[in-house]
Amino acid sequence: MTAQLEQKTEGARVTGRQPRSTKWNGSKGHNRSDHRFATWWWFTPALLALVLIHYAPSAIGGFFAFTNWKGIGKWQFVGWDNFASIAEGGPTTTALINTFIIGISFVVLTNVLGLLLALGLNRTVKSRNVIRTLIFAPVVLSSLATSYIWKFIFEQDGPLNEFLVSVGLESLQRTWLGDPATVLPAIIMVMVWQNVGLVMVMYLAGLATVSPELEEAASLDGATLWQRFNYVVLPAIMPSVVIAMTLMLINGLRVFDQIQALTGGGPYGASETLAVTIYKETFVMGRFGFGAALALVMSVIIIILTVAQRLLLRSNAKG
Amino acid sequence: MFRYTKKTFLREAFLILVALVFLLPFYFLVNLAFKNGSDALTTSAMQLATNPTLEAFGQALRGGRQATLMDGMLNSIIITGGSVLMLVAVGSISAYTLSRRTGKLSKVAMGLILVTMVLPAQAAIIPIYVGMRNVGLVGTHVGTIIMYSGALLPIAIFLYMGFTNGIARDYEEAAQIDGASRFTVFRKIIFPLLSPATGTVAIFTGLIVWNDFFTGLIFLNGSDAVTLPVVIYNFVGESVSQWNVIFAAIIISMIPILAFFLVAQKQFIQGFTGGVKS
Repeated sequence: MTAQLEQKTEGARVTGRQPRSTKWNGSKGHNRSDHRFATWWWFTPALLALVLIHYAPSAIGGFFAFTNWKGIGKWQFVGWDNFASIAEGGPTTTALINTFIIGISFVVLTNVLGLLLALGLNRTVKSRNVIRTLIFAPVVLSSLATSYIWKFIFEQDGPLNEFLVSVGLESLQRTWLGDPATVLPAIIMVMVWQNVGLVMVMYLAGLATVSPELEEAASLDGATLWQRFNYVVLPAIMPSVVIAMTLMLINGLRVFDQIQALTGGGPYGASETLAVTIYKETFVMGRFGFGAALALVMSVIIIILTVAQRLLLRSNAKG
Repeated sequence: MFRYTKKTFLREAFLILVALVFLLPFYFLVNLAFKNGSDALTTSAMQLATNPTLEAFGQALRGGRQATLMDGMLNSIIITGGSVLMLVAVGSISAYTLSRRTGKLSKVAMGLILVTMVLPAQAAIIPIYVGMRNVGLVGTHVGTIIMYSGALLPIAIFLYMGFTNGIARDYEEAAQIDGASRFTVFRKIIFPLLSPATGTVAIFTGLIVWNDFFTGLIFLNGSDAVTLPVVIYNFVGESVSQWNVIFAAIIISMIPILAFFLVAQKQFIQGFTGGVKS
């Protein structure tokens, strides 16, 4: 459970197993001896991959975002036209707004619920290991496959509506994925279900670093539950908070599988996100230039929000 | 202070209840897959399958117009296996090189790796697709393996470097004095020492590749090399509302990962969080 910790101790064990470097030559000799190991030739495959799969395509993609390229044949520069049509209202603007809504609610929900689960399952509860494993299980499964189970649950005559009837709430019945008012909450719920186990495990790893003595001392000194959390637990798990929030923000903004499986972007584009629109525009409609512009917008949003969130968390941690 | 009190008991009961509700989707999944076509339509999803049948599983295995589930399984195994092999081989040797060749060039290379994390990956996939299409690699195992290994290589190198940096040079020096070549030193001494990192890299990247749908949809749909998620996606499109058959197909597609997960739970959770954390 204490993944990060064990990771570190494992690293330490590897180094610990060997005799310590003797440094009989001083630092200069050490440097020279380093050159006896490995050669830069060994880095060529990695360099090729970096250039061919990362740098060149990103640069080319950024370039074609300013063209009306169709993926084949001639193209022209169109300046900022692609970006203007993304922002001018219509389906892509909806996709942009949906991406923000999903991204932000996803970060908040996974982190709040994940932290609560981690706190609940941290100590004393006897069945904690079993429950942890069960809640983590969806993380390792294909999010496309699990989304289909939820699609069934949300069906017109599916288990959710059936449950509402059985508790006398017929009036709340609806086609959850066909109603623009409920489609986004339904999708967010599926995403949270799939990922909350991962966040929980990350917080459990953080909680393992909180010393029980310190917590006990605080409680003997009359600290309330909230004070104990705020002054003892929270500072210790701050690294987990930063990592979990960053990861969930990026994953939330990039969501594709769940939407493609649950709604395909419907009804009438009400659940489209940037990733789904990029797929449709580029690979279904063949508008490669426009798709590249959308992809660039999405990447820039992800970078800006991630950096903003990090800065926010850092200033919070200090203050 | 952390004793088992009445309060703890209440907390435990509540958490068990939460876990049960959390697992309900899996109950629907398994329960419905064992019902026959008419029961699946007429009986409640909560109601246990009265005469469990493997009918749906048979249909799921035979179905799939373009590629069957087993085709998808085989393709997923080839592509995931190939990508993980590449990532372990290239990742470990690159990380080792960066750890031993200290100096300016090494710093530049590290920088190149770190910057990939903020490159617009979504914008990159379109030129990669066009480039691969032009050289005939779209829809092939090889092209997809290259794509995945290239995309995940920075993470693999990063994970490996957490270990290579900590390895003392004494064993390597001793082996070299005994006449071992550089590559022998790497293969016989360094690589075995890296096995915990290899485990993390294999589990973390393997899961990403195995479960990835987007890349498969773009690079493979319509070809013979379709991976499991793409097969499932097409399968659902072809068997409208035959939920028992769809669920049987989903269960079959989950078996390999669930088997791995149950056997090596701890390594899975460690590998996954270990990968995520860096």
